[in-house]
Amino acid sequence: MSQVKAAISDRARSERRLGWLLCAPAAIAMLAVTAYPIGYAIVLSLQQVDLRFPDEGGWVGLQNYGAVLSSGLWWTDLFNTVFLSVISVSIELCLGMAIALVMHRAIFGRGVVRTSVLIPYGIVTVVAAFSWQFAFAPDTGFVNHLPLIADDKDWFGERFSAFAVIIMAEVWKTTPFMALLLLAGLTTIDDGLYNAAKVDGASAWQRFTRITLPLMKPAILVALLFRTLDAFRIFDTIFIMTNGAQDTQSVSILGYQQLISRLNLGLGSAVSVLIFLCVLVIAIFFVKFLGARQPEGSNA
Amino acid sequence: MTGRRRACLASVACAAVLGAGILSGCGGDGGGPVSLKWFIAIQPGGSIQKVAETCSKESGGKYDIDLELLPTDASQQREQLVRRLGAEDSSIDLIGMDVVWTAEFANAGWIRKWTGADAKEVSRGVFKPVLETASFDGDLYGAPFNSNTQLLWYRKDLVPKPPETWDEMVQMAEKLGPAHGGQIQLQANKYEGFTVWANAMIESAGTQILSGPETVDLAQGPTEKALASMGLMANSSAAAPNLTTSDEDTARLGFEAGAAFMVNYTFAYGSAKENAPDVAKNMGAARYPGIVPGRESKPPLGGFNLGISSYSKHPELAYEAAKCLTAPKQQLTVTELDGLAPARSGLYGTKVVKKAFPGFADLVKESIETAGPRPVTPAYQDVSLAIQDALHPPTKIDPDDPGPAYDELKDKVQQGVDREGLL
Repeated sequence: MSQVKAAISDRARSERRLGWLLCAPAAIAMLAVTAYPIGYAIVLSLQQVDLRFPDEGGWVGLQNYGAVLSSGLWWTDLFNTVFLSVISVSIELCLGMAIALVMHRAIFGRGVVRTSVLIPYGIVTVVAAFSWQFAFAPDTGFVNHLPLIADDKDWFGERFSAFAVIIMAEVWKTTPFMALLLLAGLTTIDDGLYNAAKVDGASAWQRFTRITLPLMKPAILVALLFRTLDAFRIFDTIFIMTNGAQDTQSVSILGYQQLISRLNLGLGSAVSVLIFLCVLVIAIFFVKFLGARQPEGSNA
Repeated sequence: MTGRRRACLASVACAAVLGAGILSGCGGDGGGPVSLKWFIAIQPGGSIQKVAETCSKESGGKYDIDLELLPTDASQQREQLVRRLGAEDSSIDLIGMDVVWTAEFANAGWIRKWTGADAKEVSRGVFKPVLETASFDGDLYGAPFNSNTQLLWYRKDLVPKPPETWDEMVQMAEKLGPAHGGQIQLQANKYEGFTVWANAMIESAGTQILSGPETVDLAQGPTEKALASMGLMANSSAAAPNLTTSDEDTARLGFEAGAAFMVNYTFAYGSAKENAPDVAKNMGAARYPGIVPGRESKPPLGGFNLGISSYSKHPELAYEAAKCLTAPKQQLTVTELDGLAPARSGLYGTKVVKKAFPGFADLVKESIETAGPRPVTPAYQDVSLAIQDALHPPTKIDPDDPGPAYDELKDKVQQGVDREGLL
C-alpha cells in the first residue's frame, strides 16, 4: 500500500517538476524583461546618477522622490495626464458604445464595417499625431480654412486648444479599440432577453439601460481599465504636437525629459517609479471595483 | 500557407538577417580600408556624403568613412548620440557635434582632446567664437566643421532702412500694420531655438547667462532690458499668430508669405529664392538687431564641430579623417552644396562663399566674428531647459515690468546649473 502511494507521489513529483521546467523559460523571460528593469529603476531612483557626470554618484535615499513630489512641474503634469485620460476615455466610451451597437446590429457588410472602423487603430500613433498636427497647423493646415474658425487660430499656442486637438487625435485613434472590446461584451448577451423585454413593453432606452448595460458591465470595466492605463501613459501625441509646451506636458514626457534629455537617471527613475505606482493604483481601483460589483450584478 | 511552412519561412528570414548582420560586422577587419563611422546630421544638399567620399578617396585606402545620418532636429541628434555614448558604444568614431554639446561630451569623457599639431591644423584661421564653442576647460575638443549665424532678413520694398534694435523693429512693423507685412518672424516655440533667441537678446544687452561652467551671471539691468524687449516683441501686433509655436521653418514660411522682418539662419535666403522668387528679389540682409541703441548686437552662433569618440577603435585614423573633413576645401564644398557658412574666416573672400551668400558674405563673416555663443557648461541641457521653462511663452513677460520674469529666470538657471529638481 505504502509502495503504491510512494509510486504515485513520485509520479506526481516528477510531473510537477516537469511542469516547473516547462514554465521556467517563460518565467525567466518575464523576470528578465519586467522584474529586472523595474527593480533596476527602483535601485536607480534611490541614487544620484547622471550619465554626464560619471564621477558623481552614491545613495541619496528618498531625496529624488522628494525633489519630484515637491516640484510644481510634477503636479501640473499629473493634472494634465489625469485630465487628458478622463476626458478622452469618457468620450471614447460613449462613441465606442455607439459604434459597437451599430456594428452589432449591422445586417449586411459586417466584415467591411468592422474592418473600416479599425483603420485608425492600425495607424502608427506618431503618424496619426503628425497628420492631426499638420491639419491644425495655422500655416499649412486645412482646419483654419473651415467656416466658423478664425484663419489665424494657433491651436498649439494655447493650453486648452492644444489639449482639444490632442484629445481629438487620441479619441480618433483609440475609439475602435474601445468599440471592439465593447462589441465582444455585446455579443454575449442573449437575444431572448430583449425579446422577452419587448413582450413586456420595455422601450428601447429601457432595454439598453436595464439589459445591455448591466450585462455588459464586466466588458465595460475591462475596456475602461485597458484604455485608462493606456491613456495615462500618453506620450507620442503630445511629444509630436507640443512637446510639452504651453503646459501640456504629461508625466511620461516629464520622465523622458529627465531620463533621455538630461540623462539624470536618478531623478528620471524616480519619476518612472511614481508613474508605475499611479498605474498600479488605477489597476487596483478597477480590479477591486470589478470584483466588488460583480456579485451584486449577478444577484440583481 | 500552413502554419508550419510560415514558421519555417520566418526562421529562414531571421537567419538571413542575422547572417547579414554578422557578415557586415566583420567588414573592415580584413586587409581593406578601415571603416570609420561618422554620426552627423543630414544636410539636404548632399554635402556630407560628398566630403565623406572625397576624404575616403584621398586617404589612399587607409579608411573608408561610413555615414550614419542623424535627424535634422538638434535635440533628436543629441539624444541618439548620448544614448550610444553613455553605453560606451565602440561603433562611433567621428561625431558631428552641435556647438553647444562640447562641454557636456568632454566632461562625460565621451570625446578626445585635440592637441599639438593636430589642434593647430584644425583651428588655423577659425573664428574666435567658434573655437570657444569647441573648447572646454582650456582644451580643444572639436574640429570646427561649419559655422552658422542668424541675420535680420527684411523686405527692401517695405522697409527703407533696416532697424538696429528690436524695439525699433517692433515699432516699424506696427507702423506697417498687419495687412502690409508688418510682422516679425522668429523662433519662439519651446525648444532649443527659443534658448538661441533668449541668449542672443541677453548677450546683446551686454551681459551673459553664465560667466563660468557653474556660475550664473545675468546682470540685472541688462537682462531686464533684454527681457523687456522680448515681452514687447511677443505682445506686439507685429508678432505672428503662431509666435509661441514658431521655429526656423514656420518663420521662413511666414516671411515667404509676406512678413516684412525675420531673424533666421542663412538657409532662409536659398529657400526664398526657390519657393518665393518675388520675395527673394526684395530680400535684404542686415545685422541681427540689438537691444541698446549704439551697442552692437551679439548674433546667435550655430554650426558643427567634429569630435573623436573616446570609444573609437581607430582614433589615429579618426583624427586624420576629421582633419581632412574640416580642411578648407571640404568646408567650401559644404558651403557650395548646402549654403552653410565656413568656420574659417579666410574663406569668405572666395568665389564659392560669395556665390552662396550673394551680397552678404561679409555680413555673415562679421556676424560670426562678433557672435554671442550660448553658455559653455556640462549641464547645458539643464540650463537650456531652465531658460525655456522660465521664459516660455514670452507673451507672459511684461515689457513694462520685467522684474518677475528676471527673478524666475535667475532662479531657474541656478537650478539648471545645480542640476537640481525637475526641469
